[in-house]
Amino acid sequence: MNDTLLLCTFTLDDRLFGVDVRRVQEVLRRQDMTRVPLASRFIRGLINLRGQIVMAIDLRCCLDLGETPIDSDAMHLVLRTDDGSLSFLVDRIHDVVVVEPSTFEPPPSNLQGEMRTMILGSYSDVDRLLLALDADAVLTMIDPPAGAAAPTH
Amino acid sequence: MDEFVKEYLVECLEGLALLEEQLLELEHDPKSQKILSSIFRVVHSIKGSSGFLGFPQMAAIAHEGEDLLGRLRDGRLDLNDRIVSGLLAMVDAMRSILGSIESGRGEGERDDAALIDRLHRLQTGYVETPEPPAISAALERIEPEATSSAPAPAAPPPPPPAPAAPPASVSPEHPASGSAVIPAATEAPEGAGASALADTTIRVDVGLLDKLMNLVGELVLARNQILRCSIVRDEALFQACSQRLNLITTELQEGMMKTRMQPIRNIFSKLPRVVRDLALTCGKQARLMIEGEETELDKTIIEAIKDPITHIVRNSVDHGIEAPKIRAERGKPEEGTLRMRAYHEGGMVNIEVSDDGGGIDPARIRRKAIERGWLSDEQAARWTDRELLNLIFRPGFSTADALTMVSGRGVGMDVVKNRVESIGGSVDLHSRLGEGTIIKMKIPLTLTIINALIVSAGGDRFAIPQVNLVELIRLEGEAIRQGLAAVHGAPVCRYRGRLLPLVDLNLVLGVGRREERVDVGERRVNIVVLQADELRFGLVVDRIDDAQEIVVRPLARQLKGIACFAGATIMGDGRIALILDAFGLAKALTVESAPTERRGILEGESSEATPKGDRGTFLLLRDRTEAQYAVPLEEVARLESFGTDSVEWVAARPVVQYRGTLLPLVDVAEWLAGRGGSDSIASDERGSMNVIIHESSGRRVGLVFDRVLDILDQDLDVRGEAGRPGVRFTAAVQGHATEILDLTEIARVVGVRS
Repeated sequence: MNDTLLLCTFTLDDRLFGVDVRRVQEVLRRQDMTRVPLASRFIRGLINLRGQIVMAIDLRCCLDLGETPIDSDAMHLVLRTDDGSLSFLVDRIHDVVVVEPSTFEPPPSNLQGEMRTMILGSYSDVDRLLLALDADAVLTMIDPPAGAAAPTH
Repeated sequence: MDEFVKEYLVECLEGLALLEEQLLELEHDPKSQKILSSIFRVVHSIKGSSGFLGFPQMAAIAHEGEDLLGRLRDGRLDLNDRIVSGLLAMVDAMRSILGSIESGRGEGERDDAALIDRLHRLQTGYVETPEPPAISAALERIEPEATSSAPAPAAPPPPPPAPAAPPASVSPEHPASGSAVIPAATEAPEGAGASALADTTIRVDVGLLDKLMNLVGELVLARNQILRCSIVRDEALFQACSQRLNLITTELQEGMMKTRMQPIRNIFSKLPRVVRDLALTCGKQARLMIEGEETELDKTIIEAIKDPITHIVRNSVDHGIEAPKIRAERGKPEEGTLRMRAYHEGGMVNIEVSDDGGGIDPARIRRKAIERGWLSDEQAARWTDRELLNLIFRPGFSTADALTMVSGRGVGMDVVKNRVESIGGSVDLHSRLGEGTIIKMKIPLTLTIINALIVSAGGDRFAIPQVNLVELIRLEGEAIRQGLAAVHGAPVCRYRGRLLPLVDLNLVLGVGRREERVDVGERRVNIVVLQADELRFGLVVDRIDDAQEIVVRPLARQLKGIACFAGATIMGDGRIALILDAFGLAKALTVESAPTERRGILEGESSEATPKGDRGTFLLLRDRTEAQYAVPLEEVARLESFGTDSVEWVAARPVVQYRGTLLPLVDVAEWLAGRGGSDSIASDERGSMNVIIHESSGRRVGLVFDRVLDILDQDLDVRGEAGRPGVRFTAAVQGHATEILDLTEIARVVGVRS
């Protein structure tokens, strides 16, 4: 694959991440969210996306970066999945950037924990380190029985 | 897929469904020219379109079938069971070819020579060559008399040339399609070619579609008006518009629902074939009577109940209806009758399947349940027939082995129950030994739009489906202290003479406050009484908002595992509310599940009431010595818990301060044994004790006991006279000798003593 890749970038805990723009349906500002008691801690709530009920995933939590508070101003990165739309809660959404596959590097060896399994690798096209997120890995993680089975408390 | 082919498939599948139905009708009325002609037309039109679209295999089979039918129609051949079976085999083969065409494999690599040959032989009246399918084998075996009624094998040896084809302009429409909503083509029988195409298309009456179009037109007008309102800001106009919009939406919703409604005929019409084939295989005679097949249900529900209903019908034939010989011995007609009935009642559809078979023998279930270790001998002896019958719905009861052979009705009834309950319905079974069995199902009309009650807890709103709702209770002020209590740590509410187990929504979901409301001293308590299966319980919520119609949306796959939620919905303000699942919430009850389960069954009718026994609700207790007592619930004023350190001694008798008076305490075991002193009261290592407070003629007495086991709502059969004062009689409850206490007597004696 020699084509250039378009990544939709966002920050989370001051780190820059990117996800393949073709997966992205839309981005939204803060939405009214309804929490789901007893759900896994990765699931922050449900939002009403023009009549569709969309589940919001706490990406911060998935990447082991703590939890996003329910009333935060987090933005929604809505992705298309096989089961319909799904939203990732992120701190801020930035530009769509073009990356050269040739600048791709596998995840740095010192990257620890959950984050390592969810990062495809990094690109050095922009002035700072851009981590490419593996959206499918995140989806696999939040799937029961991996996570949702146990109540949060 | 080619548009023509699609149309062809739908048309053929419909034709085959009709064909099957009419063949079975014909079996009962072999001389009917009307049915014969209709069948003939269907086969002919299938043959024609198959040839036209280039499906030679279909055309060849249809051709042979047409010849056979032609002879029947012209009276050159008499109908017999083997011909019907042959024609049904033809229907099955065609379905399987259609399935193959639909999946894009063309006609597939098939060899239908045997079938064609069979159809051909039937025309000449020859005895069939042995056929592989078990059904036809069974047919040969058990119906020799049918052979004799068929034309003698030698009758017309050289088959005349095929009858002249009927006029080419035979219209493909069949006579039974006069109804407003023509049933959508339903798929082929199990296995072979389940047709996805037929499931995704639906036929809608043009009149209804026109009406919907008109409504959409009105909707557009209403929208335009409302858009205008936002410019001119005319309050009166806006109100008129919203009312109109409301009206249109309701009508549109109803109309839309109607398009999804299908007559239950779509399921019922499959059943005569199931009954026929199965009866032949089992060597039985059964006839199916259908009533109310025009009753309409939502398409998704029709799909959901198809398997359970087929299953029940199979069971009825397989295990319910006896072999003809046995039936004759029992003085019943040799042919068993199976009755299907569907009708609307109270916003639900009832479906009944009844048979006049052998019924279910409770004694056999009892034996089996003991063998399986589900019941002890004692328990089994105590259970009523009705309770035993309900065991049939228990998972595991069905798992193959001799059990199903002897008791019948075992196979997967738990699955049937689960399926029906998963769509919000219920299943009920009645059986009389030797007379037959009735299975009743209650099914909701639709799943997508339901009536719900909106409640709040922990700052969030939740919707409770109206079907689970029994009533609402609000306790205020003093009523809270009187109405609520804790039984062995589990909160309950006195409700219509019983103790209702309570679940606090905040606590179950882990939202909002974490303490029991009784303890916090809340000023107002709202309780929603819910029914889940046989279990009734109260759900404590922060606030009850209002009732509304909601649109049910499924939850994301990742959330389906949470039993408390059945789905989600979008409220008027655009926010999302979760829909609560009464069954899931019931699981959260801290009350031990086994007794409640049992109690559920006990609530059914029990026939062996002893005149001397007591009917009513009892609190079943144990004391420290594990002796068991029962107390009539209406004699219990309150259940309280006191610290052992609050016990004081007045004239060597234990008392506690209670509501400004001294409450004499009685340790039941000690007292009944005739010992007044109750040293044990103060020596409880838990530091607290449970006390029943009884009030009669102004006197109060507190009975110290160890724990509440259960709440019984049943007849207590007298097993023995009272052995000592303070006991009314003894009975066996849940396998234990139980003394039914006379609290009035105890209070009187204690009152005098203190």
